[in-house]
Amino acid sequence: MRSTVILFRRELGLAWAGGGGPSLAVGFYVAVATLAPISAAAGAWRAGGAAAALAWLVLVLASLLSLERLFERDFEDGALDLLALGPAPLEAVALVKSVAHFTAVSAPLALAAPVVAIALGATPRVAPMVLATAAIGGLAFAFVGALGAALALGSRRGGLIVALIVLPLIAPPVIFGGGAIEACRAGLAWRPALMLLLAWTLGAAALCPFLTAAAWRNASS
Amino acid sequence: MVIATLEAEKLSAMRGDRRLFEAVSFTLSAGEALALTGPNGSGKTTLLRMIAGFIAPSEGALRFRGPDGPIEAAEARSFDLHLLGHQDGLKGGRLAREEVVFQALWMGGDAPSALAAAERLGLGRVLALPVRNLSAGQRRRLALARLIAARRSLWLLDEPLAPLDAEHRALFGELMGAHLAGGGLIAAAVHDPLPIVARSLELDG
Amino acid sequence: MLAALANPHRFMAFSRIAAPLCGVAAALLIAPGLWLGLAAPPDYQQGTTVRIMFIHVPAAQTAMFAYACLGGASFFSLIFRHALADAAARAAAPLGAAFTLLALVTGSLWGRPMWGAWWVWDARLTSVLVLFLLFVGYMALRSAIDDEARAGRAAAILALTGLIDLPVIYFSVDWWNSLHQGESIFRPGGPLIAPVYLLPLGLMAGGYLLAFGALWMEQTRSEVWRRRAQALEVQAAGR
Repeated sequence: MRSTVILFRRELGLAWAGGGGPSLAVGFYVAVATLAPISAAAGAWRAGGAAAALAWLVLVLASLLSLERLFERDFEDGALDLLALGPAPLEAVALVKSVAHFTAVSAPLALAAPVVAIALGATPRVAPMVLATAAIGGLAFAFVGALGAALALGSRRGGLIVALIVLPLIAPPVIFGGGAIEACRAGLAWRPALMLLLAWTLGAAALCPFLTAAAWRNASS
Repeated sequence: MVIATLEAEKLSAMRGDRRLFEAVSFTLSAGEALALTGPNGSGKTTLLRMIAGFIAPSEGALRFRGPDGPIEAAEARSFDLHLLGHQDGLKGGRLAREEVVFQALWMGGDAPSALAAAERLGLGRVLALPVRNLSAGQRRRLALARLIAARRSLWLLDEPLAPLDAEHRALFGELMGAHLAGGGLIAAAVHDPLPIVARSLELDG
Repeated sequence: MLAALANPHRFMAFSRIAAPLCGVAAALLIAPGLWLGLAAPPDYQQGTTVRIMFIHVPAAQTAMFAYACLGGASFFSLIFRHALADAAARAAAPLGAAFTLLALVTGSLWGRPMWGAWWVWDARLTSVLVLFLLFVGYMALRSAIDDEARAGRAAAILALTGLIDLPVIYFSVDWWNSLHQGESIFRPGGPLIAPVYLLPLGLMAGGYLLAFGALWMEQTRSEVWRRRAQALEVQAAGR
């Protein structure tokens, strides 16, 4: 549908507004990841498989970053009303917003993830797996994050609330993604974990737009 | 599809435990305008949002009718009504031109109509500016542009003329008149009289 | 019976008697359950610390049941716009969180003598921790939105999402745990549940469920009273 393409491009433009595009999210990611090794003993992160896991964890947190603003601004300035009265159903709008958030924030983070993992001391062999899990997982976080953002509309301390309600929900993809990376690192079978991650992401993509639209309607009433 | 009639039957609204209004009934037909009056907090905005489908009435029913028969409310709301509330949905950091084009496109118009509407409303010179640099009156006119650019039968307006000066109120009055003459419907919440002929519905609050 | 209880007046009348009755029944089950548990022979592996199992395992089970109740009440409150269901959902959350906290604390106490650590990231404890976060998130969301009706509906959507996700969460934590081939110490009593443990466990489980039922009814009653008082206040303050 033409209108969804228009909306997608607009959402992307709004997400990257303020100059720099995705560099803010990526910058945050790199900054936090940098603090990890220097907050621990020198070389601590090279021992064991913690490097890739850390890169994965910080990516999860960075993905939650700009979620609050996904709907909050539109809610406050009346743009949400406009979107609701358009030709596309609200569920489609929620889907487009989630995908746009993925493109604007999660995908650049996914591209940065292998680099961060290697910088933290992971073996280069896991780099493709880190990229794959970051991309698929990032999509999952975008969908569940959108739901969280919609639920927290109009609440006090929105950013914290969104993180609090989203984090337990995304335990499965975090576990599956981490498991895939770990399996790859240890030379074990990684396909099952990756498939589980993909399955969860597809499930989230199918369910979340409906729940997000419902949350949105609730907030607008 | 085209909305020919809007029927409201004994609508009631609750805000938490407070009753905003009850048993509000009216019929609005093509070519007619309805002015909603009443003190602040009497539920004018709520009634408009109820027609737009954002708030469910605690009692009563809303019906949309076309020339051939009833229209599904969801369809009417997605394709044939405009709502312009206190907030205009314009993004401060974007250019005025981008915003008016997007709003028109989203509501079913096209880019040339959007720009023509902006011209008609006297915004030709400010289109290249970011929205945040516009005055309140210019912003309101920018938001009104989508009503002209994207043709939809029912206009729901919440104090549309408030930030406009006399000259532009008259201009928009002409545009409203043209809309009604073309078979459109208008329901507007106002404190001051509208520049067009309209029935009045008082919400006591 | 649920349909009959849906009427608030009938619920209040029913729960006035049913809640204390459930409380008594719970005590009648928990007392012998505890006694049998304390009298049961110590596990050859874990010694006397196995007795914490009688408090920990039913707590974890009841916590999960509480979330299912939260989800069910949320479902009714959303789909049928039922105020009593919303009150019940609101009441269930802190209770569920309390049972979850009990499970976490007793789980930690159980693990300490065995593993020398106050916390172990095994399947059950991790799942219970995530469940705790789900409860906390629910309560946080409800209290962060000022409009009570809106808060209730948003929290209900969250609870339903959590309910759908909960089996997957349990599966994923279990899957993760099995990867590391960690023998879960929290399979009651080891690889086999000795029959002598089954009866006290069963009694405790039943007792906990009844206790939850009693507490839930009481809490829902409080919530209903609170809403009535609030409505009266609003009325008295005039429009």
